[in-house]
Amino acid sequence: MIGIIDYGVGNLFSLTASLRYIGEEPVVTGKREELEKADRIILPGVGAFEDAMKKLRSSGLDRVVMEQVERGKPMLGICLGMQLLFEESFEYGHHRGLGLVKGRIASISEDLREKGIEGLKVPHIGWNSLSFSEDEPLFKYIDQGEYVYYVHSFYGRDCEDGRIASSEYGVKITGAVRNDRVYGTQFHPEKSGDTGLRILRAFVEI
Amino acid sequence: MITKRIIPCLDVRNGRVVKGKNFKGIQDVSDPVEMAEFYNREGADELVFYDITASVEERGIFTDILEKAASRIFIPLTVGGGINTLEDFDRVLKCGADKVSVNSGAIKNPDIIEKAAKKYGDQCVVLSMDIKRVDGRYRLFSKGGRVDTGIDAVEWAVDGVNRGAGELVVNSIDTDGVKEGFDLEMLQEIAARVKVPIIASGGAGKKEDFSELFALEGIDAGLAASIFHFKEIRIGELKRYLRAEGVEVRL
Repeated sequence: MIGIIDYGVGNLFSLTASLRYIGEEPVVTGKREELEKADRIILPGVGAFEDAMKKLRSSGLDRVVMEQVERGKPMLGICLGMQLLFEESFEYGHHRGLGLVKGRIASISEDLREKGIEGLKVPHIGWNSLSFSEDEPLFKYIDQGEYVYYVHSFYGRDCEDGRIASSEYGVKITGAVRNDRVYGTQFHPEKSGDTGLRILRAFVEI
Repeated sequence: MITKRIIPCLDVRNGRVVKGKNFKGIQDVSDPVEMAEFYNREGADELVFYDITASVEERGIFTDILEKAASRIFIPLTVGGGINTLEDFDRVLKCGADKVSVNSGAIKNPDIIEKAAKKYGDQCVVLSMDIKRVDGRYRLFSKGGRVDTGIDAVEWAVDGVNRGAGELVVNSIDTDGVKEGFDLEMLQEIAARVKVPIIASGGAGKKEDFSELFALEGIDAGLAASIFHFKEIRIGELKRYLRAEGVEVRL
């Protein structure tokens, strides 16, 4: 059973539907007991970093996540859920994250400006090709350069130790990170067509 | 790099996909869920479901269809038609929509853009505009292109983006259904004024129309209905053609 953490952030229709489509039984829950029973956990998220982190902390789900990770349970953070795995974020201020992945979340538009790149729109919305490190189990069913779907304005950087995939958008967009059995994808596998379904399939086999 | 997107639009009425010319002369074409699955296989990058019904009972049929489609295909889905309130946003987002497009509802009540952007994020709010030349100016039309609002369409686009619209659908009434190419002149003028992604609509008739479209700066996607529905252009073929022309597309 896959536990999808429900902490009041984002729309979970596609995520649950895509997992059912590949034959899994997802449970959307904010309850500790149910997440303890799950074989693996997905941390979704859409919206602002600070607000999401506050909701995780106030519900005590941040501690549940850390406990389950310590027990070696595979976890996947998606979109904002990936960003929450990082040490810190500079999205409207400075906020601490879960610290499971080394690095920080920064503004795409600020970094594009700093590099003097014009003409790229932010949010980074759409399909972008993914390059990934060889032999990563999460990508065992996809080929280099397949397209995945992104929607975001902030991105993970200074995370060379944990980065396992990236896409080009003027800056190097961190596409996926990993620390042992903790994974995160900036893109939405549940919206990335067949490619995304194959990534989810690989995650449930980890 | 990020790709240009090809988006088929499904106008749904009473549980069927329909298509007319110049907003008139509607004819029945197909089952929406089957059609959505077909387009997914063909390589569509996104789908737009447009609810062209008005009655409450038909609205229920529409959301059932949406839910079914969203349980079988996993690419971004935009829903439009009859979106006037935050409750309308909520209703379709719960049934699997990723983005919601507002048109007449935003003309009547522009605050809906801000409110929805605040609640669901800018990326969720698509401002769709039907535009026609009147006295040499671009004029915004409402009610499916039937009513001249008197509003300057370019100013409306800028205003909508400032209010929080994350994407614009620019539909030219002048070129819609004519199949002689997109309204490049109109698109260029709007693209020069806003920084959000622009989805061009109205006028596609052949593959070359899309390569001309994507040669314009600031255009991110091309939307069409009848040429895809009637298989005059196959999406896979179109994308292979575009790639050969040097346009980045998802294949």
